[in-house]
Amino acid sequence: MQITMTVNGTDVTNEIEPRVLLVHYIRDVLRLTGTHWGCDTSNCGTCVVLMDGQPVKSCTVLAAMADGHAITTVEGLATGGTLDPVQQGFMEEHGLQCGFCTPGMMLTARALLDVNPHPSDTEIRRAISGQICRCTGYATIVRSVHWAADHPAGLTEADAAGGDPSALDDSAGTTTEPGAAAAEAAQAIPAAETEPEEVTA
Amino acid sequence: MTILQEHAPNPAADDAGRPIGYGRLQRKEDPRFVRGRGHYVDDITLPGMLHGAILRSPVAHARLVSIDTSAALAHPGVVAVITGADLLGLGLAWAPTLSADVQAVLVTDKVRFQGQEVAFVVAEDRYAARDALELIEVDYDVLPPLVDARKALDPDAPVVRDEMEGRTDNHIFDWEAGNKAETDAVFAAADVVVSQEIVYPRSHPAPMETCGAVADFDAVTGKLTLYETSQAPHAHRTLFAMVAGIPEHKIRIVSPDIGGGFGNKVGIYPGYILAVVGSIVTGKPVKWMEDRSENLMSTSFARDYIMQGEIAATKDGKILAVRTSVLADHGAFNATAQPTKYPAGFFHIFTGSYDLQAAHCSVTGVYTNKAPGGVAYACSFRVTEAVYLIERLVDILAAKLEVDPAELRLKNLIKPEQFPYPNKTGWEYDSGNYERALRLSMSMAGYDDLRREQRAKRDRGELMGIGISFFTETVGAGPRKHMDIVGLGMNDGAELRVHPTGKAVVRISVQSQGQGHETTFAQIVAEEIGIPPEDIDVVHGDTDQTPFGLGTYGSRSTPVSGAAVALVARKVREKARFIAAAMLETRPEDLEWEKGRWFVKGDPSVGKTIAEIAMGAYGTVALPEGIDGNLDAEVTYDPPNLTFPFGAYICVVDVDPGTGHVAVRRFVAVDDCGTRINPMIIEGQVHGGLTDGVGMALMQFIEFDESGNNLGGSFMDYLIPTAMEVPDWETGYTVTPSPHHPIGAKGIGESATVGSPPAIVNAVVDALSPFGITHMDMPCTPARVWAAIQGRPRPPI
Repeated sequence: MQITMTVNGTDVTNEIEPRVLLVHYIRDVLRLTGTHWGCDTSNCGTCVVLMDGQPVKSCTVLAAMADGHAITTVEGLATGGTLDPVQQGFMEEHGLQCGFCTPGMMLTARALLDVNPHPSDTEIRRAISGQICRCTGYATIVRSVHWAADHPAGLTEADAAGGDPSALDDSAGTTTEPGAAAAEAAQAIPAAETEPEEVTA
Repeated sequence: MTILQEHAPNPAADDAGRPIGYGRLQRKEDPRFVRGRGHYVDDITLPGMLHGAILRSPVAHARLVSIDTSAALAHPGVVAVITGADLLGLGLAWAPTLSADVQAVLVTDKVRFQGQEVAFVVAEDRYAARDALELIEVDYDVLPPLVDARKALDPDAPVVRDEMEGRTDNHIFDWEAGNKAETDAVFAAADVVVSQEIVYPRSHPAPMETCGAVADFDAVTGKLTLYETSQAPHAHRTLFAMVAGIPEHKIRIVSPDIGGGFGNKVGIYPGYILAVVGSIVTGKPVKWMEDRSENLMSTSFARDYIMQGEIAATKDGKILAVRTSVLADHGAFNATAQPTKYPAGFFHIFTGSYDLQAAHCSVTGVYTNKAPGGVAYACSFRVTEAVYLIERLVDILAAKLEVDPAELRLKNLIKPEQFPYPNKTGWEYDSGNYERALRLSMSMAGYDDLRREQRAKRDRGELMGIGISFFTETVGAGPRKHMDIVGLGMNDGAELRVHPTGKAVVRISVQSQGQGHETTFAQIVAEEIGIPPEDIDVVHGDTDQTPFGLGTYGSRSTPVSGAAVALVARKVREKARFIAAAMLETRPEDLEWEKGRWFVKGDPSVGKTIAEIAMGAYGTVALPEGIDGNLDAEVTYDPPNLTFPFGAYICVVDVDPGTGHVAVRRFVAVDDCGTRINPMIIEGQVHGGLTDGVGMALMQFIEFDESGNNLGGSFMDYLIPTAMEVPDWETGYTVTPSPHHPIGAKGIGESATVGSPPAIVNAVVDALSPFGITHMDMPCTPARVWAAIQGRPRPPI
């Protein structure tokens, strides 16, 4: 059968078998390999793409069902050479490790921010709850989406200074935003037995 | 051995504030991943490439009577169908495992677990290959399966490995550590002894990317290029040379971007071998990617230890000794991946973080009709099982003695001045300040306030639990005098080349599956020679491009390969000193190093940067005798000892008495991995491991029914934590460098997977203590927790 759809702003038409899954159409026919496959049972969400702006799991959508619709994949997130703030946020806040679930996570985040520009932690967690990440433990993904919400225009020059060498280790401390108790606790711990200047070389 | 940095530190940041060396730094690999430009095995398409699919057994134990492949061969698009009989003819029906056993590549005589490989179809596209699987007719003569490891050594148990000559039982090995007589004597004299059977259930690493390969055999040159999901490309190359008879110099293994590994991608699976056979038979490249059920049902499982644990103490709470006997279910083939001398991995670190008088463990491994594996899933070679055992026993002892579990631990932890600490089973712990870490975690958690809150809630009938675990890991395998895998010493190589313009390439033998090696290893070089990390390319995952080494698992990348990289950079730095001296017409001993530059002692304005020295090295500078015209070096690192990261974790749970649902409300994790290279990446590694812990403690479980059917064969049944099941992690750290590691780093990749399950289970048991409950086996599912509250027998899942 023949299908026609818009993928990342470009019209595409192909002759396909009716049973072909959207994820296989995107990967094998269009050769857009940023969309991944992970489970076949609609549980892992690594195959998420946007169909008319809504996240769908492309392993459980037939390519034929996308006929006449607009699909956005990770390759369509950046506009021109400029990354979407969501893409920048994932880099800023370490929202990815192996990178396999990342395209789907970022597309869901984009869809969320389009309807809810300032989501709460819970709203972000709920939005990505149909998707699995085995590496990050989700907290940094939540932070990444917040970063994107806080920077709707993306990276500014003030943000561009990447690392923070002043954050080099002392001998003990907390790395989460500590509550008052945790901050006090870090203070209360005596300095390391080892010479800190060796550690912070 | 040099300890830490012997050179003077400097501010170490570029104009944009990015560290030249250690510190928080965005990952160099991220720009390609956020653009969808990662390059995973399934993204590879070669000209003329065919697709393979595996027919798997629907039953756990059966004689293979016949296979009829004629209909499959006639199916449009099918190019070849390979069976076990075909492989017998090629001498490839059985392949060696990483534990001196063999594993069937395709069944020839008997199916030994559900999901075992029976036939391989090669077709022009993946749909045709799958269709053809349905057309293969197999006649099985079903046999009674051996499912319960406890029955494996019964005289009437079905014999799983009856193909082995003379074998009449399912026994694989007995192994022990520690001193039994000494330990028994301490137990006999102790005031208090508590005992508990503790089961660490079968689990699966389930990386997001399943396993797969693209094999490309060139019949003219005889060269095999194999793109694989492999955590250990060099070891795989040597093993493929042994298995397939292809000379090793004609094998190139490429592990491109890997979508998570966690130990699942250490072994060599039948699918990889079948892709190679398929390519040799058809003369074309063959891709094989397993689906999720194949991944969960046939590739390396983890854990499956039944542990009888005992702990002895004085009545005032001084822990004296531990002992355990373990029954290890290894499945149908002994295919665990651990150092040869240690069939139970590093389980003998089950003495934990406590100063003991005696300890003894014995482990018996058995075959069953289940998938092979056993050492996988971020376990640091069975340290997960060891830590879970000791940390559960300490909590059970605390309940018996009616003392606070934190107090009991503080009383018994090894003290800072006792390091290096020789434990009772043969380890020498390198360094630690355990009390400091535990007190930091208690302060972060607000431990006393939590106990007050718990008392108030108990008065109202609410179930809140607080669980503690303290763990000591043993990672960075390992010294070649003790440790090898199939005869290969567990060392790693590194090569560093500084180009004439001062940019560098470092080639390493370990393989990232998301750990950020391209960033941290560049940071190690940057710290040592002062070239900014963005000017250093890290090359890995291609055996034609990198030096030999054993790969990434057991948290060994930083402890072993990280050391190699630091040392190779120091070698380059020292060479640069001689070249700089020639350029400055002075003596090498008159030069002093500051990050990125050699200068004349007492005259800092006269010096040469690494880039200037590099240009000099390749240029026309008259070089001193014995110095080649380059700025390169290579090393292979043999660690003198393992490293011993540690940590203190506190978990707070709320249990719904009506449903048995456990909610993890808070989790505080204090880790000490020695010197910290990139704190952002370390925190990410910890977060991921904590999430694994929630999965193992509460959700994930590969269970079997009495027929040997795998009940965890999809993500509908094998439940992985989502963002809704985990809290916002609270992490802290202490820094106790390893004294024998060149940069003092200890490794972090698996600490949280090791340390978190006992903290969570301890919290659940603590919440249920009003019901007289002192132990629960993982996973603490709602059904199991509810049944425990009701005093009913434990349901299977």
